[in-house]
Order: sequence, then C-alpha cells, then structure tokens
Amino acid sequence: MPEPLSAINDFVVKFANVNGSGSASANGLFAKAIIRMGVPVSARNIFPSNIQGLPTWYEVRVTEAGHLGRRGGVDIAVALNPQTWDDDVAEIVPGGYLFYDNTRPMPASKFRDDITVIGVPLTTICNEAYKIPRERQLFKNIAYVGALSWLIGIDTDVVEKLLAEEFASKAKLIGANIQAFNLGRNWAKENLKPIGLQLRHADAVGDRIFVEGNNAAALGAVYGGATVCAWYPITPSTSLAEGFMAHCEALRTNEDGSKRYAIVQAEDEIASIGIVVGAGWNGARAFTCTSGPGISLMNEFIGLSYFAEIPAVIFDVQRGGPSTGMPTRTQQSDLLLAAYASHGDTKHIMLLPADPGECFEMGATAFDLADRFQTTVFVMLDLDIGMQEWLVEPFKWDDAREIDRGKVMTFEDLEAGKDFGRYMDVDHDGVPYRTYPGTHPTRGAYFTRGTSRNRAAGYSEKGVDYQYNMERLLAKFATAARAVPAPVTRAAKKKTKAGVIYFGSTTPAMHEALEALEAQGHHVDAMRVRAFPFPQEVYDFIHAHEEVFVVEQNRDAQLRTLIVTEGGINPAVLTPILHYDGAPITARFLIDSIGSRMSAANAIREIAE
Amino acid sequence: MTYILKPKLHHPELPTNALGLTRRDYEGRISTLCAGCGHDSISAAIVQACFELDIAPHRLAKMSGIGCSSKTPDYFLGQSHGFNSVHGRMPSVLTGANLANRDLIYLGVSGDGDSASIGLGQFAHSIRRGVNMCYIVENNGVYGLTKGQFSATSDKGSKSKRGVENTESGIDLVALALQLGATYVGRSFSGDKAQLVPLIKGALSHHGPAVLDIVSPCVAFNNHAGSTKSFDYVRAHNEAVNRLDVILGRTPITADYEPGTVTEVTQHDGSKLRLRKLDDGYDATDLVGAMHYLQMHHAKGEVVTGLLYVDPDATDLHDRLGTTDVALNRLGTRELSPGAAALAKINAGLR
Repeated sequence: MPEPLSAINDFVVKFANVNGSGSASANGLFAKAIIRMGVPVSARNIFPSNIQGLPTWYEVRVTEAGHLGRRGGVDIAVALNPQTWDDDVAEIVPGGYLFYDNTRPMPASKFRDDITVIGVPLTTICNEAYKIPRERQLFKNIAYVGALSWLIGIDTDVVEKLLAEEFASKAKLIGANIQAFNLGRNWAKENLKPIGLQLRHADAVGDRIFVEGNNAAALGAVYGGATVCAWYPITPSTSLAEGFMAHCEALRTNEDGSKRYAIVQAEDEIASIGIVVGAGWNGARAFTCTSGPGISLMNEFIGLSYFAEIPAVIFDVQRGGPSTGMPTRTQQSDLLLAAYASHGDTKHIMLLPADPGECFEMGATAFDLADRFQTTVFVMLDLDIGMQEWLVEPFKWDDAREIDRGKVMTFEDLEAGKDFGRYMDVDHDGVPYRTYPGTHPTRGAYFTRGTSRNRAAGYSEKGVDYQYNMERLLAKFATAARAVPAPVTRAAKKKTKAGVIYFGSTTPAMHEALEALEAQGHHVDAMRVRAFPFPQEVYDFIHAHEEVFVVEQNRDAQLRTLIVTEGGINPAVLTPILHYDGAPITARFLIDSIGSRMSAANAIREIAE
Repeated sequence: MTYILKPKLHHPELPTNALGLTRRDYEGRISTLCAGCGHDSISAAIVQACFELDIAPHRLAKMSGIGCSSKTPDYFLGQSHGFNSVHGRMPSVLTGANLANRDLIYLGVSGDGDSASIGLGQFAHSIRRGVNMCYIVENNGVYGLTKGQFSATSDKGSKSKRGVENTESGIDLVALALQLGATYVGRSFSGDKAQLVPLIKGALSHHGPAVLDIVSPCVAFNNHAGSTKSFDYVRAHNEAVNRLDVILGRTPITADYEPGTVTEVTQHDGSKLRLRKLDDGYDATDLVGAMHYLQMHHAKGEVVTGLLYVDPDATDLHDRLGTTDVALNRLGTRELSPGAAALAKINAGLR
C-alpha cells in the first residue's frame, strides 16, 4: 500500500450524496468553514436533472495556493450513496482516503487496498440520538461534517459561528445543529486519529466573497438599471431570475411597497424575449435569462432586435448541448449560436465573464452597451460560473457612475429643431439616434419594422436603402469592437512563439496550468478574450505568435471558428484544445494537452536544428 | 390601393376636438391594402374613435404583428410611434412596452392568422396576464398576404374562393377571450361604423385587457358565396345584443334614453359606457351569461355583435405586480442603482 497522502491546506474532498437528502447545506457548511479559516476553496455541485433520488456530488478543492479551477482526482471520498459506490471508490487517488457510513457491513471486495478506509456508524449514531425519521436523515449530514472536522482539523469555533449566523432568525436550530455536529465529532475523537490531510488557519482568503455567478449577474442587472425582466424557467439559468427578484425586493421597493421593477414569468422563451424587445423599444432596460434551448427559440426576435435596432440583454447560462443535451452539466457551446443568431446576415455583441465577479460587472455594463449600440447584448455565462459558488474579489461600484442611455433624442432636442431620422448615421459611427414613444406631440415619431426601410424609417425595398442600413450595421459593429471589454494578456516569463487564447470559466484552470507549464519549461503567452466582436488586440496577439492554442469547452472549436471567420486568420496557426465532457475543465487536462504538444514541437525543432 | 398622396392642407372649418386637432390629424399614410378592404374601414373607425376621445396621438403606441391587418397601423395616427413586430408575437411586444411605460395607451392590431394560428399562445397569455391594452383582431378568416389559405377562425364547412371546404373547427376568439379573463370583450363588423366606433372608444378607455373581434371581409379572397366572413353573410347573420355610447367623464350627459333599455357602466377612468339593449335578455356584466348566449347563437349560425362583456372593476398587470406609478422608463440612476454602500453590505453577507 502506498504511503497515505499527507498535505496541509491542499487536497480534494468529494461528497457523494443522494439528491434531496438535505446534504447540500451540510456540504456548504463544510466549504464555508474552511474559507473562514482563511484557506481558499473551489467548490462544485455536480448534480443530475432530478429533484429527488438520483446521485449528486459536491467536490471541494482546498487550495491555500488559490487554484480555483477543478484539479481532477479525489483525495478524500465521502461515499454516502450506495448507487455510486463503485465509481466513487475507483476515483480516489492511490494513498487517498475513503470515508463511509459503516452501520451496514460492506464486503471486502467493495474496498481497495491502496487507500485508507474510515468507517463511521453515522446511521447508528443518529438513530440513537433522534426519534423523528426526517431529523435522523438531516442531522446525519451535519454529523458527518462533525466527524470530518476531527479528521482534517476544522476549527469548531468557526463552525459554531457559521451555524449561529445561518440560523440567526431560528435560534432553536443553532443548538440542534451544533449538537449534531458534536455527535459526529465526538464519536470520531473517541475512535479515530486525524488523517494526513490537514487544515491550518491561513490568511489566503482576504476580503474575498463566495458567490454564484447567476446571483452576481442578477445583482449586476440591478446596478445596471434593469427594470423589466421576462423569463422562462430553464436550468441552469433559473436562479438568475430568482436572484433578480430577491435583489429587487430588497433594493428597489418603495416605502409604500410599490416596486421600481417588473418581473414576468412568461409562457415561453419567445414571449420572454418579445417582452424584452417591447420594453427596450419603449425605453426601459430589459433582460431575459435562459440557456441554449431558449436562445434557439428566441432567434427570430434577436434578428428583429439587430435589424430594427432595439436594445436587449440576454444572459445565456450555457449547458451541455445540442438539443436537451446535458441540462445540469457545463459547456461553452453556444458561442456560434449567439454570435450569429437569427436568419439573414446578423452579428451580436457577446460578453464573456470569467467568474462571478465579472458577471456582476458585465451584468451591469451589458445594459449600457445594449443602449449605446441599440442591439442585443449576450452575457455568456455557463453552468460552472452560474450555479457554483466561487471565491472572488468583493463587488465594486463607483457612485459617480451614471446610466448611459446612448443616443436618445429628448423633447428638448426635438423642440429645438434637431434633425431626426431614425436610421441616419449622423456621427459616422454607425449608431443612429432614437426617440422613446410619447416624447413629442408632433416630432420624432417613427414606425419600427422588421422589414427594410430608408433612413427616415419609411418602408422601402430599394436596394440602396437596404444596403445603406446593412453596411451601417457593420460600421456600428466595428464601433462596438472598440467599446467592449478589452482582452487581458499575461506574458510568459521568457520570450516565446507560443500563445494561448482562452475565456470564461476556463480561466482558473488555465492560470494554474500556465504556472505548471512554466515550471516544466514551457513558456506560453496568454490572452483571455472578454468580448465579441474581438478588439484588434486579439488579432495582433495571434500575428505575434507562431502557434496559438485556443482553449474552449465545446467539441467544435467555436471560438476558433469565430476568430478565423471574423479576423481572416489562417486556421493552421490556431490549435484547438477542447474539453467537452460536461465536467469543468481541469488544470491537469490543460497541462497534459498543451504540454505534450509543446514537448512534441520542441523535439521536432531540436531535430531540425 | 391608391398612389395619390393626400394633400396636407385641409378645410379651415373642419371640426376640432378638445385638443384643437382635426380628424385629419389622426390619419396616417395612404393604405396599401386592396380597395374596399374591411381593414381600411377599421382604420377609419380607429381614427374617429381617437379623435372623439381627444387622445393626444403621441401618447398612444400602435403595436402589430405580421399580415395585412398588421400593416394597418401605418395607415392611422401618423404622429404615434408604431411597431410592426414579428408574426404572432405582438402581444409579448405590447406587454413589454406597457411594462416600460404605463402612461401610454396601447393599441394592438392583429389578424386571425396572427392571433388565432401562430400567435394563439401569446393572444391567450397576454389576456390572462391582464395587460392594459386594446387588442383588435381584424378577422377575415383567411390568409390574405399569401393569397387565400384558410385561417384558424375559418368556420368548419365554409368554402374558399376555389370552392374547397374547410374541414377544421374554427376558433372563436371572443369565446376564448371571455374564458381567459379579458375584462372588455366585443365583436363587431367592419361594415358597421356606428357600432364599431363606440366599441373601440370603450376599449381604448378600458383599464385592463380589452379584446375586439372585428369581422372584416377580405375582398380579394374571402367575400364570395360559401364564405362565413363575407359582407353578405355577416349582414344577414348579425345578431347585435346592444348599441354602445361612450361618454367621457367631463362630457355632460344629454342623450335621452327610454327607461329600462339602458344600462350604464362607469369605467376606471371615469368614462361611462351606456348600453342600449337590443336584446332584453342580455346583461353585458354577466360573464357566464355571455358565454352561454354566445354558444347558443353560434349554434344557430348567428354572429353575435356588440359589447359582450365588461368588468368595470378590472385590474391590469401593473396593479397585479404592484409597480410604482412612475413609468419605469423614466427612472434614473438614483432610483435604479443602489450604490456602493448597499453593495458593501451585500459583500459582507457573502463571506
């Protein structure tokens, strides 16, 4: 048997539970307690499309070094689901630990001899302590956290404080939960020794917050001034609309109870985007949130928004496609769908947040961009960012920031006799002026239509009128490329001909991989793209390198396709690195796939030299 | 259709309304529909209704989907913003517009294809959601723009211009609207201006979802023998339950009515609806009675017209959502963005 693993503040724990058994809050307590000890964690729920009964996992990476991507591999498996036992046991790295409820004996064949097996009779302990079946089940969850706290050194004071905060309004539950926690902890203390994987207080968290991207994006929408939200429930975006409801209730309710917002759960995604387009046309900031299947349904309206030039914001929390695909798994596979949504020649702005912190920022900025460019702006989250809690810098807001409504002619402008033509490019940036309905009794009214029209918004099928508009829309898109969030570059320590482009939830795994690759002697310049249309820097970066890896979480290299198509880039210089099994990309995968290609390339170069 | 532009000058003695506007000020561009189209009569009725109600044209938004009917908002109220949106989706666009600014009047114009086929879902949900709107269906029972296919409101057994018989059941939008919770429901005929104008006036001043199903014969594809949406058929089978007068709150009531034949309904905005009963047994505030009456007469092949149902205590989507009185599109940074101090508190709760 290999030496049992030994490490401080650097290991992976994976809980295997049954969906609906109440394990989520216990697992959350576990992760938050470690954060309160000053040790960063990256935590992920891995769950099925199901409410009760199917397997669910919670994976916690304890990482004082601050690597917030998935690492891959499991050091401690907390195996509490007989359905998935074999897979859960198989996943443990040699030398790792298996924690299980040994109330019912398991045959020897169900274990491995290269791991340390720790049995705790959780069911027996809880059955003796509690009479009500539901309590036996719920407190069993807290009890295993108690037992683990002894084994890996979680500070009990921290746990007690967390429970006191969580149940501040239901004081009775504080004592009950602490009691359950101690049931598990005391049993472990009497019967077991702490293991080699240990926690120590550290100061590596700082003032960071632990938050889901959907919640952050919803808050961004509040700060960005969104007043109308129309949505249709779909995993993994539902919690974004629900977050907006909760934030608005807290932040946008007048003293008399009236609301400075309106939320409609529509009958489908088509009505959702229709409501958004209607509200945007009428001068309110409006959004919908959905996932890939919803975008497919919204296509016709997205084209209308593009062609009739109506602001709209769509949060796309991407999941595994195509079709119903994998609703509860993550992917970055809607890029092409969103970038070119709808029939005819169309292109749309996309923002690509890397974490919940950027979900907040971009969630607000999206509304300014939608108003400034009078078009649909997509904010492309994914399940990994949207539904998982991430440790990020606290949200920031500048109180001097004003909502930017873009080019809107007011009553005063019209009264002063300013020339208004809805689709006239007066400033030579492709962006025309608009008026809100009801502004002026005799000036500024126009007819909005999805059919072609002239500069004054009059119906026209003349080729010159049609082409004027289509070319102006291209000019507008070019202006947008200069206004969207710029890419972020990270130069290698040594001059190199290799580059990597990545985006979104790949970011933490990529950063960890870059460090590891550098340690192996592989130097790579890195660029994180944050928006489409791509600013010129993206193409300059590619031209400055011989080979550029394009990392993305989809099968068909969609980002690479966009870069090739929009930038006229030679595909041969862009090497796709693709991860699309539905689980978040890991540093180990990136180190292997980029490292092996670079080693091979170096070997060839050495032979050639 | 005609290519002759209407002169902008008009007779100096044309009557004006309370805003000092003439009827001509409520007109739009020249219609491009076929000469004699029922839809143009409806546009004229809308012009008349808005003129008589003293509506400031820019305070009304015209919304439509796709089809012959949906083109018509270009042909009236030239000083109003209009939105010719997507086929069958006018109701959602109107809903969004209404949420953004509760201060405007929303007039949705649709057709039977737009509302009963592709848009049946949105027709239904905008009504049950209680959107404050005047939703007009210009119902000709046929797809005009694509040259004569049956629509979902074509009656079973009616014949197309080529003599083909419709074998599918027709959808009665009035019956649907009643079931779905519309709080002002009427049916009329494009050829009956005297009935139509007051019905539109009542719908425009109603606070809640108002639905008008207006049978509007298609002169090109659905005005032949065998059609149940032709001028001749509707005239012969029209069963009007009442005649309506809309009296604005500020107008003194001068008209004389015989006692017992008039019911009066006061609407949310103070306007009064005076219903002159043509059928003694009909009570327009009785929803169940209205549904029953409608089905009974439908079975006899009659087209029931008039104000079929009105709920004077109707509420709308804003009432139900509890939105603030200020139009949402007028709220600025101060009212919308909670600021850095509130954010610091939120951050603290996430540690």
